[in-house]
Amino acid sequence: MSFNGEAKVNTGTVHRWFVEAASNFHEQRDYLTQLDAAIGDADHGTNMDRGFTALLEKLDGFDGPPGKLLTTAGSTLVSTVGGASGPLWGTALRRAGRSLGSGDEFDGAQLATALEAALDGVVELGAAQEGDKTMVDALGPAVRVFRESIDDGTPVPAALAAAREAAEQGMKATVPLQAQKGRASYLGERSIGHQDPGATSTVLILAALERSVASER
Amino acid sequence: MSVAQQTVKKFLNDPEDIVTESLAGLGAAHPDLVRIDFENQLVLRKDAPVQGKVALVSGGGSGHEPLHGGFVGLGMLDAAAPGAVFTSPVPDQMLAATKAVDGGAGVIHIVKNYTGDVMNFKLAAEEAADEGIEVESVLTNDDVAVEDSLYTAGRRGTGATVLLEKIAGAKAEAGGSLAEVAAVARKVNDQARSFGVALTSCATPAAGTPTFDLGPDEMEFGVGIHGEPGRRREKVRSAAEIVAEMSEVILGDLNPAGGSNVLAFVNGLGGTPLIELYLIYNELTKHLEDRGLTATRSLVGDYITSLEMAGVSITILVLDDELTELWDAPVHTPALRWKA
Repeated sequence: MSFNGEAKVNTGTVHRWFVEAASNFHEQRDYLTQLDAAIGDADHGTNMDRGFTALLEKLDGFDGPPGKLLTTAGSTLVSTVGGASGPLWGTALRRAGRSLGSGDEFDGAQLATALEAALDGVVELGAAQEGDKTMVDALGPAVRVFRESIDDGTPVPAALAAAREAAEQGMKATVPLQAQKGRASYLGERSIGHQDPGATSTVLILAALERSVASER
Repeated sequence: MSVAQQTVKKFLNDPEDIVTESLAGLGAAHPDLVRIDFENQLVLRKDAPVQGKVALVSGGGSGHEPLHGGFVGLGMLDAAAPGAVFTSPVPDQMLAATKAVDGGAGVIHIVKNYTGDVMNFKLAAEEAADEGIEVESVLTNDDVAVEDSLYTAGRRGTGATVLLEKIAGAKAEAGGSLAEVAAVARKVNDQARSFGVALTSCATPAAGTPTFDLGPDEMEFGVGIHGEPGRRREKVRSAAEIVAEMSEVILGDLNPAGGSNVLAFVNGLGGTPLIELYLIYNELTKHLEDRGLTATRSLVGDYITSLEMAGVSITILVLDDELTELWDAPVHTPALRWKA
């Protein structure tokens, strides 16, 4: 499989994505929990690590199209993560999976549509907009940049790299923001000066997607 | 706010097992009242489902004991779904709880207003509806420390949750319909306000270190029940001064009519001894009297905690005849018992 021109993504790619993401969360678990302790309740790293560990167990030996893999993964996160991150990431993956339908592989444009569906699901459930100091501050720009890159004819791996960079910028931009949603909003002005843990997790997930695709080339 | 590095000592085996092992102990200590569903991580009323009775389900992160599992039993909750420490339970748990306790008269979900709890309960309620179970969700958001505005997640659910579970539980036990139980539950939330102050941080078992740094002479004014910081940090003052300001914030927002009867609830956050809680209650009565209010009912003790946090929350509930009668009705749970 190659990404020269008409790139395709399949079940193997998605499975590698989650393996990479689980490894990221395991390594960054304490860091995320520390970020959360500053403006939340000190459980984000633990929760994401637990969810992605459960996800890998659930997907072991999975046989089916990538869309089905994503919806199964989403349901697993809803069932294991708890907090707000479980429903939000679970909904994101389920929506992305539904968007992909039952095809065995998909291209950059379909991936862009799936990521847009994921973002819509998160915004709908969380009622957060960009600038509220949430995961949407990283996911929103990433999805937008990915779509623009694909429309410009950029190959999927480079488009994912651009999306991840946009997410990183969005994540860093959460530092000076005052939280307007989630538990950090209780802090009011005191949430300023801290990086949002949810936006940070978003970068980890997108970086995992980027690596899973790059490793195929 | 940096994370303090010192380790907090706890009675643990593996931190990962704290919830399961604690639930096992609850079940073993009170086999006459509750049974534990370990597969779905639930505390169920021993005789659930009670046919024809509206069932009450609540849930939320662990670490607030006795909330919610300690309030399962006659005249209160039918099921509690505890999550990991300070983490909302997952929808599968609430759905399993809802199915286990539904006696055909519908199920009330009592949800504290936190982003995670609201989302997980919402997903569970949708799935329960798909399976033909009628669910009414009741939100608690009594914490006046949080400004209720478009720019926050809204007020947190705290002390009023305990009072609501007792009163709505009595209404259900008395044969109230789903709409009637939901209405009285919402009345409790509407007529109650709370405010908390912390003298020390708590430490989650997984982290092992204090969630926030609080200097030896500092307090967190307006603290939440997860160690999330409050309105501001300031120097510790006398109990009289602290309670005066807490009362002012609560009563200023609640604005009860002079001559009202109230339930005054002084709640320990886990690490404050009863001797101090009663001292605080004494201060509180002065402010109630100043405003022409009579505390005709009271509750003092640790009922909704934040692990080992030293601190206190005060909840004031404006009573009427119906609420008083329901408060007085028999209750028999691991953590609250009278007349039964």
